[in-house]
Amino acid sequence: MSQPAPAPFVASLLDAPLPTSGIAWLDALRREHLAAFAAAGLPDTRMEAWKYTALRALGQRRYANGDAQAATRAIDPAAFALPGVDGPRLVFVNGVFRADLSALDALPEGLALQPLAQALRQDPEPLRFVLSRHEPERGDAFVRLNAALAGDGVALKVAAGAKIVAPVHLVFLGVPAEGELAWHLRHVIELGEGAELALVEHHAAGGEQQHLGTAVGDITLRDGAVLHHTLFQNAAVGSNLIRRSRLHLGARAQAMLHVLELGGALVRHELRAELAGDGARLDTRGVFMPRGRQHIDTQLAIRHQALDTASDSVWRGVADQRGRGVFRGAILVAPGADGSDASLSNKNLLLSGQAEIDTKPELEIYADEVKAAHGATVGQLDERALFYLRSRGIPQAEARALLTAAFCRAVLDDLPNAALREHLAGLLAV
Amino acid sequence: MLKIENLHARVAGKEILKGLSLSVNAGEVHAIMGPNGAGKSTLGNVLSGRDGYEVTSGSVTYNGVDLLALEPEARAAAGVFLAFQYPVEIPGVNNTYFLRAALNAQRKVRGEKELDSMQFLKLVREKLKVMQISDELLHRAVNEGFSGGEKKRNEIFQMALLEPKLAILDETDSGLDIDALKQVAQGVNALRSPERSFLVITHYQRLLDYIEPDFVHVLAGGRIVESGDKTLALKLEEHGYAWVREHGEPAGATA
Repeated sequence: MSQPAPAPFVASLLDAPLPTSGIAWLDALRREHLAAFAAAGLPDTRMEAWKYTALRALGQRRYANGDAQAATRAIDPAAFALPGVDGPRLVFVNGVFRADLSALDALPEGLALQPLAQALRQDPEPLRFVLSRHEPERGDAFVRLNAALAGDGVALKVAAGAKIVAPVHLVFLGVPAEGELAWHLRHVIELGEGAELALVEHHAAGGEQQHLGTAVGDITLRDGAVLHHTLFQNAAVGSNLIRRSRLHLGARAQAMLHVLELGGALVRHELRAELAGDGARLDTRGVFMPRGRQHIDTQLAIRHQALDTASDSVWRGVADQRGRGVFRGAILVAPGADGSDASLSNKNLLLSGQAEIDTKPELEIYADEVKAAHGATVGQLDERALFYLRSRGIPQAEARALLTAAFCRAVLDDLPNAALREHLAGLLAV
Repeated sequence: MLKIENLHARVAGKEILKGLSLSVNAGEVHAIMGPNGAGKSTLGNVLSGRDGYEVTSGSVTYNGVDLLALEPEARAAAGVFLAFQYPVEIPGVNNTYFLRAALNAQRKVRGEKELDSMQFLKLVREKLKVMQISDELLHRAVNEGFSGGEKKRNEIFQMALLEPKLAILDETDSGLDIDALKQVAQGVNALRSPERSFLVITHYQRLLDYIEPDFVHVLAGGRIVESGDKTLALKLEEHGYAWVREHGEPAGATA
């Protein structure tokens, strides 16, 4: 099979030296992933998983790998301050850990939180299984790229039975650099049996410069663990962000995920959740709001693999100007996962004639006594409601913002952190 | 206060108002009656600025300004209020929040100080006394899940709060039982004042038993065909709208 010359994007990343850990299996793995990435290149729209997200423009860009100046860039802590979020904090700037901006002193009992590179230096063995996982799908180019080039990330572990109430704040900042940068982060998060964790994952960026960030995370909830995860992305117009999270839920484990995708240029978020233990429950809530020329793609894959598992997903998309939203919500109920209860709703709003949202709910059921419901809609703002508000004196722009925020409101209603909820709700009224 | 002259308006290419003229002075209550399809609701919608209504000729002057040139929100700030025939349900928008946003938006345009939430709540409590409305409705989303009567009472409550100079009631009586009708009428009567005018659009004479108009106009075929005092409404009740059609040439038309 003849292989075309690699796209500038691929070529530029192949130039980069691989991070070295001195850990033989890890370094070998990185070389292996880089070779696989080089051979396959970027996925194209002929692949089902990338049908609505074209990477042609990205493929033509060249990125410098990593930011040598990241450790000394001036950052205003106000850039990542969030109301209701004042627990331990781990901050990365252009993919580089910044101890000076982080808050890792006096961690609560039962919480281990550190950069992944540091955890690997201390003892790589506990991380070996997760980091060695094979990525068999051809479309997983970014996962391979990440596996090859990510030298750092978040290593978080909550001991069995520990309850971490004050939210842990993970901050990923992109700031303008001398050239267009790419950076890659790998996260490993584990909650022990019966552990609880509130987590805020926060992506922000400033400036208009293009950059690419990839993040791959493994989140494992042992039996009876409870996770409240808020993912808030408000990156700058030049941010390309590709994230993949794998979420594993043991018996009776519960995860609640709230996602706000507001910024970025090209943004792709893939969540693959496995309800692997009996009675596991996953609730996902999310909003994506592409405007300008933004492209925001959410790929949700939820697998019910055990008895009496439940998942409930409520997603809203709002596209304005030439914004493009993509949503795929795939639910699979595996053989034997009897008594599963799965529901998914994705409602979308187009605020302009040039905006587009492609939504695709998928349901595959191979078990008995399953309750499943899914639906997706795409519509416009209710003109009657708009006129009603205006007829009472509310200016058109404000009336539109009010209706848009109302449309998204259901996504935040059950976010337990009230201060954070109100702050995020305010960001939806635009 | 309001002067409508020879108003022609189209909806979806079809001419509905065909030379309507009407003058309303401050403090007056005018009832507009007419059969279905006469153009009653079109009149309310044109005056409040709804999209889709095309004025082809004529003029509407409100306190000296060209009302038709104003956006709906500007008309509201200038004191025009439309009580909707079918109030819109707006899930996710809290009724209290909506009312405060509306009031403050109007105050801002008029150069008045916006009310903070304490001042606003105080005002709401005063106005709640006027309308017999449960404050539970204030905590719900705008009109969501309201009964027909609750929706109409909410309209009148909004009117009480926003204190318009010209209130247009578009078939506010439709779908109301007699108790709800009385409550709505009480609310309207409590708001009557020498500075405030009302345009009460209705199909039935019934509402006018409780809101006593200064003038009654019959709208038919897109024009005012008959004007008189409140006894005209009673004649209509007795003889029906067919009587108007037999009754000769349009009275209010100015060709």
